[in-house]
Amino acid sequence: MSFINLREKIVQVKIVYYGPGRGGKTTNLEYINRKFSKQIQSEMVSLKTHGDRTLFFDFLPFDMGQIKGYELKIQLYTVPGQVKYNATRKLVLKGVDGIVFVADAQEQMREKNIRSLNQLHENLLGYKESIFRIPLVLQYNKVDLRNQGIPILPTSVLNKDLNSKLKVPYFEASALTGYNVPETLKKIISSTVVSIQKKLL
Amino acid sequence: MNYGVVSQEQLEKIDEILTEKLIKIGVDCVIIIDMAGNIITAKDNGTTKYDVYSFAALAAGNFATVDAMAKLVGEQEFSLLFHKGTDCNIHFSKIDDELLLISMFGREISLGFLRLNVVETIEQIKKLWARD
Repeated sequence: MSFINLREKIVQVKIVYYGPGRGGKTTNLEYINRKFSKQIQSEMVSLKTHGDRTLFFDFLPFDMGQIKGYELKIQLYTVPGQVKYNATRKLVLKGVDGIVFVADAQEQMREKNIRSLNQLHENLLGYKESIFRIPLVLQYNKVDLRNQGIPILPTSVLNKDLNSKLKVPYFEASALTGYNVPETLKKIISSTVVSIQKKLL
Repeated sequence: MNYGVVSQEQLEKIDEILTEKLIKIGVDCVIIIDMAGNIITAKDNGTTKYDVYSFAALAAGNFATVDAMAKLVGEQEFSLLFHKGTDCNIHFSKIDDELLLISMFGREISLGFLRLNVVETIEQIKKLWARD
């Protein structure tokens, strides 16, 4: 749940990057951190294992400027993607305002994407939230691997697997090169802000 | 309690309580956060500057982790946490199910004295919510 400080006119919005392990959630945040360094006043916080896997979460605060006189502070989080860390994933989802689901577009990851999305659905229910109501954007990451001859699922298949019921905005992307990373971010911020406005007005 | 939007008046009163009860006794920085990692308010003594936004995210995660550990050993909760350093210490205390009070303080205050003041601070804040 977003927090609004009426005195200092600050709105804090929590956006979580969710998805299967090694899907590129942290890479998304790292790209944003490099690309938008002017809007980021503090360092990215990463809680990871020695093997460089996310252990708890990454955190990146991001200033969006003003909307209707209110300063918008976007707090970007990732969850650990590994299956065994679901308890921590749930903790990070607490109070979430908007979600980017980072799917891994490699053919061999097809089932893991579906499982991860189903678990997101369950985890949200635990907070009395619904995957059908919360602002959500799908990102089909790693499409750049196509050029290296690695089998990549066509967007139509990914949409059929993940987006046939949700019908939310989606982007093909490459977190490593930054392709559609800012577009994904812009989309989730705008959907989330609209949803917060609706709740308040 | 609706904490999603806190009125200006409530915030000012909370700030007054924090200044009076904690900053004045020598606490460097005090933050109230919610369990999602949002900052409700932050006060400091004017000389200490922390990155309070990152701090809030980590503190909420830390508290949630300890809470989960409490449940594993059959406790309802560990309602207070204390981290001791050489020059800086951090004390966490739960205000209610949604809010957390975090105090950062140096060597010149004893933990016991701080705890007494934290308890009084929380009582006063709770009264404030109850009244409004």
